[in-house]
Amino acid sequence: MPFVEETYDIAVVGAGHAGCEAALAAARLGFETIMFTVSVDSIAMMPCNPNIGGSSKGHLVRELDALGGEMGKNIDKTFIQSKMLNESKGPAVHSLRAQADKQDYTRSMRKVLENTDRLTIRQAEVSEILTEEIPDAKKTEKRRITGVRTYSGAVYHCRAVVLATGVYLRSRCIYGDVSNPTGPNGLQAANHLSDSLRANGIELFRFKTGTPARVDRRSIDFSKMEEQTGDEHIVPFSFSTDPAAVQKKQVSCWLTYTNEKTHEIIRANLDRSPLFSGAIEGTGPRYCPSIEDKVVKFPDKKRHQIFVEPEGNYTNEMYLSGMSSSLPEDVQFAMYRTIPGLENVKIVRNAYAIEYDCINPRQLNATLEFKNIEGLFSGGQFNGSSGYEEAAVQGFMAGVNAARKLQGKEAIVLDRSQAYIGVLIDDLVTKENHEPYRMMTSRAEYRLLLRQDNADLRLRKIGYEIGLVSEEQYRYVLWKEEAIDREIQRLEKTTLGVNDTVQDFLLRHESTPLKSGITLAELVRRPELDYDSLSELDPDRPELPDDVRVQVNINLKYEGYIKRQKQQAVQFKKLESRRLPKDFDYSAVKSLRLEAVQKLNLYQPLNIGQASRISGVSPADISVLLVYLEHQNRT
Amino acid sequence: MNQTDTIAAIATAAGNSGIGIVRVSGEEAISVVSRIFRPGKPDGRRDHEIKENVLLTAESHTIHYGFLFDGDEPIDEVLVMVMRKPKSFTAEDTVEIDCHGGMLVTRRILEAVLKAGARLAEPGEFTKRAFLNGRIDLSQAEAVIDLINAKNDYALKSSVGQLRGSLSKKIRNLRERILYEIAYIESALDDPEHISLEGYPERLLKTICGMEKELSDLIRSSKNGRVVAEGIKTVIIGKPNAGKSSLMNVLVGDERAIVTDIAGTTRDILEERISLEGISLNIVDTAGIHNTEDKVEQIGVSRALEAASGADLIIYVVDASISLDENDFRIMEFIKDKKAVVLLNKSDLEQTVSPDEIFRLSGHRAISVSAKEETGIDELEKRIRSMFYDGEIDFNDQILITSVRHANALREAHESILMVRDSIENGMPEDFFSIDLMNAYEKLGLIIGESVEDDLVNEIFSRFCMGK
Repeated sequence: MPFVEETYDIAVVGAGHAGCEAALAAARLGFETIMFTVSVDSIAMMPCNPNIGGSSKGHLVRELDALGGEMGKNIDKTFIQSKMLNESKGPAVHSLRAQADKQDYTRSMRKVLENTDRLTIRQAEVSEILTEEIPDAKKTEKRRITGVRTYSGAVYHCRAVVLATGVYLRSRCIYGDVSNPTGPNGLQAANHLSDSLRANGIELFRFKTGTPARVDRRSIDFSKMEEQTGDEHIVPFSFSTDPAAVQKKQVSCWLTYTNEKTHEIIRANLDRSPLFSGAIEGTGPRYCPSIEDKVVKFPDKKRHQIFVEPEGNYTNEMYLSGMSSSLPEDVQFAMYRTIPGLENVKIVRNAYAIEYDCINPRQLNATLEFKNIEGLFSGGQFNGSSGYEEAAVQGFMAGVNAARKLQGKEAIVLDRSQAYIGVLIDDLVTKENHEPYRMMTSRAEYRLLLRQDNADLRLRKIGYEIGLVSEEQYRYVLWKEEAIDREIQRLEKTTLGVNDTVQDFLLRHESTPLKSGITLAELVRRPELDYDSLSELDPDRPELPDDVRVQVNINLKYEGYIKRQKQQAVQFKKLESRRLPKDFDYSAVKSLRLEAVQKLNLYQPLNIGQASRISGVSPADISVLLVYLEHQNRT
Repeated sequence: MNQTDTIAAIATAAGNSGIGIVRVSGEEAISVVSRIFRPGKPDGRRDHEIKENVLLTAESHTIHYGFLFDGDEPIDEVLVMVMRKPKSFTAEDTVEIDCHGGMLVTRRILEAVLKAGARLAEPGEFTKRAFLNGRIDLSQAEAVIDLINAKNDYALKSSVGQLRGSLSKKIRNLRERILYEIAYIESALDDPEHISLEGYPERLLKTICGMEKELSDLIRSSKNGRVVAEGIKTVIIGKPNAGKSSLMNVLVGDERAIVTDIAGTTRDILEERISLEGISLNIVDTAGIHNTEDKVEQIGVSRALEAASGADLIIYVVDASISLDENDFRIMEFIKDKKAVVLLNKSDLEQTVSPDEIFRLSGHRAISVSAKEETGIDELEKRIRSMFYDGEIDFNDQILITSVRHANALREAHESILMVRDSIENGMPEDFFSIDLMNAYEKLGLIIGESVEDDLVNEIFSRFCMGK
């Protein structure tokens, strides 16, 4: 029977946030790329919350942008409200979050994709991955990707595949006793690929997540809610967006609360919740629990916050953040209507839980390539993570590394001291993962170094090396680094004498007057002062852009802490740089404990540092490995 | 696990002769020791500057006489040998401090070195470094691995086993409270719209001051040697009326012995610590081993033997004035292959049991004593000392190291807590508190053998209601 047969360099399966970044990276790096989606209308869709960023997720977007990803630019074009979270706290935890116009976000990303050279968009369900044996592989079970086949039978040959299937594999949407075998928003599920993955030796998990109802704006009484406005001065996500271009009129979100009555209704209907009746088998994320979960787990809490957020400028749909649920439709109506402002609410779309197949990410290298199938990469919710931002950064890294493989270049692996992206991927591939993984700032050991404000200084050079950052952007970062250093040195060297101007200034700022001369740097370090406020004592100050001034201030103010973390990071890097052999059988290392042998064989860590983070591998095992490596080196 | 930082450990087996050596190796070895070493007499007239730097400029393989200090207080008169890389055992800069020996002094010197910036070496780490730096022959690689494994097994076993129940409880409790605070801060950072830190620094300051006090109490008691039961575990067994208790009283009452009460003594097992010239014994007096006619008392025998089986040293007291019975045979069979001292008590009465008979049955040479007349006690002490110094009882170096490790971890946890206090008082943002809180949490975990893993994330989710 005749069928379609085409050849590409790289195939990307899925067009969500991971798929988009993967496809863009691959095509921009010069490879003929085809991106499959079950529906072209759902490219870069935001099926859950209407925002990008937030605590630690904002960091991910910034890092992605510094490396040459698209998400930051796209949200800058399509946001309708923006806020810097945690502004009263330290610079390491400042985090940007923007409300998106969902439709606009999708449309704008689609436009970018459609206008990218070498990128083909194809609406089709991929039902099989095609692999072959590698003739000379050390491990006989290791295979190599050769292409994908769609449900219609079309074959696409390619040298690398990025799987970014999100929540679509054998997905099921559930509320009450309703169970629809579809993806989000009634989109077609991908029901065939799982079998092909299993046949290729890939282990699958079943995870679950959920989303709250969308309601009609006209049915809400906002007078009973608190208005939440955006920041007065808006900071863009992307380092290449002109800050002046994003200062625009913003929409408001609204805050209201659940109450005892809401909780009573929920408790009375728990037996009808598929979460508690056992109808849902997948494991859900603890950080975004359903409202019934919260009521059961925190019985002492008298009320829970509900943020009512617009889904866009051209729709009346509003998102009820904090009210995710899988309770039956009638219970949803009843519980929502107990909430102040929602007494007469009309539901446009029900809340539901969604269950889907994803992989145990332990099967991946930190490059996001499968250990046992060469050329097969994956990213996003398929890898057991959760969140648009988590998905986007993985998709990007998978796309970049797929491209680098074809370029014959070494894969890019960011480590835990370089980026949140490094923390995220390292956690996924070295730790036991039992729930959809979400980024959190507490997961980053070196978070004082991994600030959202310095993502460009950390990662632009790597983006340039990859080939997704322009010469001009690269040069700017080099200049910026130098400008920061120069200014810090100037402040360290500039001494102020004791005189009336200085004392008067200190008095005005409630700062201790001087007894003897002091450097400007010392003054910046005082809690009540900062770099900008000291400008009047500093007539020789050069004209510097905002982003340089911010860095000078932070680096001086938190110098002690930053230094300490830098030292720790240096130590950490030493272990990270000790490579371990690929596809290695650890039972060859005598004296390793059995548990360590099993775990190391299973995870196949890239280096000693990664090995040391695998649970079940002890410091003594690491010593044994080091001695073994040295022994190998010398023989 | 870092391969080039500066490590330190006691290089001599504890109790081994009159000299103790503390070895320091790594990039900073020389500058670490120079921070606490003053050449010449402590009140000598030398210029301060020179004193600070004499080691820094010292040539390789030179020996320097002087005093080692803990702050302003001299610890001991020492000889310091400086070996520059690569001409040392580890092929790194190495300093060896020879002191006058005795566990306490050597331990204090090690502690001072740690305070000055070194890290306590992992078991077998010097040898490992020597190997990794090419100083040890390839053929010995396996031996190195075995050494690491053997030492680690022992260290692990002894580390937690040595903690007194009340201490590990205290540390667990402290850790729980620290973790709660970190989780609170972190959940507020992750979800600022749900969890507020309004007024939190003031609350935390109070909590921190309480923790600071608890930690300094723990440190103080660790200096008195109370934190870790670091002595040789010695169990006294014998039938009732054999004279165990009076023997214990003699040992305890001996003016050469220092007695420490140990809390948590159970009803039928009495525990005391004595120290014989720097060797510390934890003496456990088991309930008497009764004759076998009574079922209940049979259990007594088993229980006493059970207690004795975990001991480093067994003191078996025999009433020499009455004939041996089945219980004695059972005990002697039991101690045959163990470190034990047999005492023939009541030498003041007519003897029916002879040392030869004991030797035949147990393989141990008996000592005749009279607890009543306090005769033969000197010989008992001499025997224990020589067993210890000859290395026959060889458990102590790890035990000692463990106690140093614990004390060091307590000190570091305390420092971290003080830094949290400073951060609060300096008005630093809240996310800085959790950095040092986490440090304290990790350090305390070292003591009870628990690592961090996913504690924090679990705590956040179980305690605080998060999320969209």
